[in-house]
Amino acid sequence: MAGTALSRPNPLSRGNLRALLYLSPWLAGFAIFFVYPLVSTVYFSFQRYDLFTLEPVGLLNWEYFLKDQAAWTAIRNTLWLVVVMVPLRVLFGLGVAQLVTRLKAGAGVYRTIFYLPALVPLVAGTLGFVFLLNPGTGPVQAILSAVGLPAPDWFGDPAWSKWGLTLLGLWSVGDLMVIFMAALLDVPKQLYEAAAIDGANGWRQFTSITLPVIRPVLMFALVTGVIQTLQYFTQAEVAARVASGATDSAGSVFTPGYPDQSTLTFPQWLFQQGFRDYAMGYACVLALMLFAVAMVFTLILLRQFRGLGEEDV
Amino acid sequence: MTRRSVVRRGTVLLWVARHALAIALALMFLGPLVFIALTALMSDRQALTSDLWPHTWNWGNFAEIFEKAPLLTWIRNTLLYSVLATAFMLVSSIPVAYALARFRFRGRRLAFLLVITTMMLPPQVVAVPIYLIWARFHLTGTLWPLILPMLLGDAFSIFLLRQFLVTIPREYSDAAKVDGCGEFRTLVRVILPMARPAIAAVALFQFFYCWNDYYGPLLYAGTDLDSWTLSLGLAAFRSVHRVQWNLTMAATLLAMAPVIIVFFFAQKVFIEGVKLTGVK
Repeated sequence: MAGTALSRPNPLSRGNLRALLYLSPWLAGFAIFFVYPLVSTVYFSFQRYDLFTLEPVGLLNWEYFLKDQAAWTAIRNTLWLVVVMVPLRVLFGLGVAQLVTRLKAGAGVYRTIFYLPALVPLVAGTLGFVFLLNPGTGPVQAILSAVGLPAPDWFGDPAWSKWGLTLLGLWSVGDLMVIFMAALLDVPKQLYEAAAIDGANGWRQFTSITLPVIRPVLMFALVTGVIQTLQYFTQAEVAARVASGATDSAGSVFTPGYPDQSTLTFPQWLFQQGFRDYAMGYACVLALMLFAVAMVFTLILLRQFRGLGEEDV
Repeated sequence: MTRRSVVRRGTVLLWVARHALAIALALMFLGPLVFIALTALMSDRQALTSDLWPHTWNWGNFAEIFEKAPLLTWIRNTLLYSVLATAFMLVSSIPVAYALARFRFRGRRLAFLLVITTMMLPPQVVAVPIYLIWARFHLTGTLWPLILPMLLGDAFSIFLLRQFLVTIPREYSDAAKVDGCGEFRTLVRVILPMARPAIAAVALFQFFYCWNDYYGPLLYAGTDLDSWTLSLGLAAFRSVHRVQWNLTMAATLLAMAPVIIVFFFAQKVFIEGVKLTGVK
């Protein structure tokens, strides 16, 4: 190791070559499945391409984007999920984690139960939720009307469908809970003891000790939550498919977004354009939009990792 | 009443409140799973009513779903995808993670930041050109476009393994080198056995990511039912096969079962793995 440190200025030193060898699978993957496709996506965004004919069309795809009503609906829906679902999941995950770390008896059992839904396959969980919230058959309606609340037709009503997806997101909050629990257990106990002696109550302790210590973890959860929600696809697609009762036998085409485009997310519209309507040039415009937004949040995340990669050298 | 007993009573009340809340939450988290299981055992007529407890226990539903749809083929395809992708990922990603965690080289920080970037960016961003690559090799309509790239490493797994590998004290690999082990032998003989929990975690995550994956197979498996996976079949189960909710829920339960069973046996691996994904 001392040898490699001495020969650092030489890019072809043994250490660098050895690293290159170990990294080579990933470097090849990075070139083939990231750099090349990204450049290619920019190229295709100026073409009309339907798998058969390729025709340069200048800025036509980009102009079409401005007029594409469905794309803007999809952007609004995705934004709704980012603004409503992501913070709710973080708050709920933090609340559940707080609770579990304070339980003295049975904490392990509760952790298992609360984490379990996070593992349920997305398609299976979504199917279960659509049926669960389905008026007439599901128990949720019965419970709501028993306490005198109106029972909405969750996945059949454009005003409620995104809330249905939000409930599904809250149900599978287990991964966030585990991350928050680890962070909460890392907060030095003496800080709480000192605060208690100074007469700080629970809420004061939470805002002046817990929050500052776990702030990086909260930020991480929010930013990764936003990036994950920008690719929100499966739950919306499956919910719309099942709730609409669409019979997608050969010949008939499934249109995402049921009811009334209320669950149409941006990645779904991209998929629809590129791989169902084969407007691949236009799909690349949508892909670049998604890239730009996701990249902003990725850069925020990378700032958090700035210190990482340096330690232990 | 003394001050002490007031405090005591306060803590007891707090204890009761916390546990009441925990039990209520547990019911909410388990409720949907119980409900799916109960519906899976109902008759098709009862599944359309709001009665929650099965009038008759229709265990035959689990046999019937295999007659309604090519479930065995879907399970086989899903297993093929999950097992091969996991094996390929491990072979290609471990050396990369090791190099990022241990080697000193030019651009090491940049490489690590690029791994995080590729891990975070939505797969839809580069979907069109990648689809065209596989179309050129006539591999669309199969699951190979999802399996083969795993030979070139998986960003999430590399990231997670690297996060674990940097926590192994350097003294262990130094000692191995003093004993005359080369870098590769040190990795295989000393580091890998110590990294077993992290390797188990990424393997399980990868396996179940593939098992649950819907977007990938939707893009590549095509319209031929024989190349579908369980997730794909499950999403179309009700519409394509025009079956009732009870059978749909029976199939849903079947898709969940392996994940839940493995979780109960390897709970610690999952939890420790999830912790590694959080930034410290």
